[in-house]
Amino acid sequence: MLKVRVIPTLLWKGLGLVKGVGFDSWRRVGPVLPAVKVYNARDVDELILLDINATLENEWPDHDSVNDFSEECAVPLTVGGGISSLEQVLALLHSGADKIAVNSAAYADPGLIDAAASRFGAQCVVASIDVRRLDEGGYRCFSHAGTQDTGREVLAWARELADRGAGEILLTSIERDGSMSGYDLALVERVARAVEIPVIASGGAGSYQHMIDVVQQAGASAVAAASIFHFTELTPAGAKAAMQSACIPVRRNFVGEANP
Amino acid sequence: MKIAIVNYGMGNLGSVRRAFEELGAEPLIANHPSALYDVNRIVLPGVGAFAEGMAHLDQGGWSDTLRELVGEQGKPLLGICLGMQMLAGEGHEGGVTSGLGLISGQVRRLDALGCSLRIPHVGWNEVCHAEQDVLFEGIPSAADFYFVHSYAFVPEQREHLIASVPYDVDLTAAVRRDHVFGCQFHPEKSSKAGRRLLRNFLSYSPC
Repeated sequence: MLKVRVIPTLLWKGLGLVKGVGFDSWRRVGPVLPAVKVYNARDVDELILLDINATLENEWPDHDSVNDFSEECAVPLTVGGGISSLEQVLALLHSGADKIAVNSAAYADPGLIDAAASRFGAQCVVASIDVRRLDEGGYRCFSHAGTQDTGREVLAWARELADRGAGEILLTSIERDGSMSGYDLALVERVARAVEIPVIASGGAGSYQHMIDVVQQAGASAVAAASIFHFTELTPAGAKAAMQSACIPVRRNFVGEANP
Repeated sequence: MKIAIVNYGMGNLGSVRRAFEELGAEPLIANHPSALYDVNRIVLPGVGAFAEGMAHLDQGGWSDTLRELVGEQGKPLLGICLGMQMLAGEGHEGGVTSGLGLISGQVRRLDALGCSLRIPHVGWNEVCHAEQDVLFEGIPSAADFYFVHSYAFVPEQREHLIASVPYDVDLTAAVRRDHVFGCQFHPEKSSKAGRRLLRNFLSYSPC
């Protein structure tokens, strides 16, 4: 049976890792490379690394750094931030990224998703969507690290991204981000129902129960989390144990090297 | 042990190279088919679409060299993901396209194989093998490996299927015909279990 993944998200800004609340009030949480090493040593299911400055400052993703990070990563690594061309995708894949996450550039140039999926395969294209809940109800997509209102409604945009060939959706609730108050279950449920591709829930994890809820009640295929792992004693391994107790299938780590 | 990793412009070469380096082998990124003659093992990696992958292999002169060295001369090869699918005779992604034909079979989209769950099949899933193949030595059946694919290999002959993966239908996880191996999952991204499988491929000696 396919396992539900627990994915630490690393937000990378300038030289280090940061974590904010509601895409704001960034706190430094340390250097990137040691964090990648620790998560790799703990044999996490997957890692997501997002450069939150690249789009805002119109920079290319930093391939040299990605190369260093991927050297330390024996599990799947998704890299995002500032990706707006096929050349950048190719360069990141050559630097050791296994999947790339596209967000802001897709609004201006949705054809980038089609082009990346047909050239590199749908399986390496993660469409990332940052969403705010509207006061009048419904959800709106925001680009550029949550700073620009795209005017797009989330379900229509998620379907369009899937139709264009995205292989997964990384769905982040901006209000819940860093709040540790739980995932936006209604948001995840609507998107997971609207598309056939896997949806990774992001934004709001503050307890293992939140992760269980978003899988069981909202249909997430994977849970991404940052603050909970940076700022509390809770760990990806602990999350998987709790999910397993709730009858959610999780990956068992292979330890069979005792008798090589 | 010299290993060539075929660089036809579409693979996640970095992760594959690193995995073999960790195991103490000497992987080289082969940028031209002539580089395949001097090595003990060939790895055909790949992420991407079948038709485009085959176009790259054909245009780069790789297809003929692989058929010669692997098909005729018996050099061991491991295909990974798209690299495994292209071992087949025929693929259905991006139009019906001829593959390398090193293991007879077809590559079909998961829904055409009766799958009704989410596509692509992404994440860690159990690789099940009834009879222990050399590729899975030391790896228990149902160990988790990392998959990410929308198409699957359907071998024409049952004996070429050496492992399967349970989604809502059973899909091919690994194939083998003599010295030609292929796995749908990514051993280079499957942590310790993946490292063990790659080590088994290095240890395999054709007789």
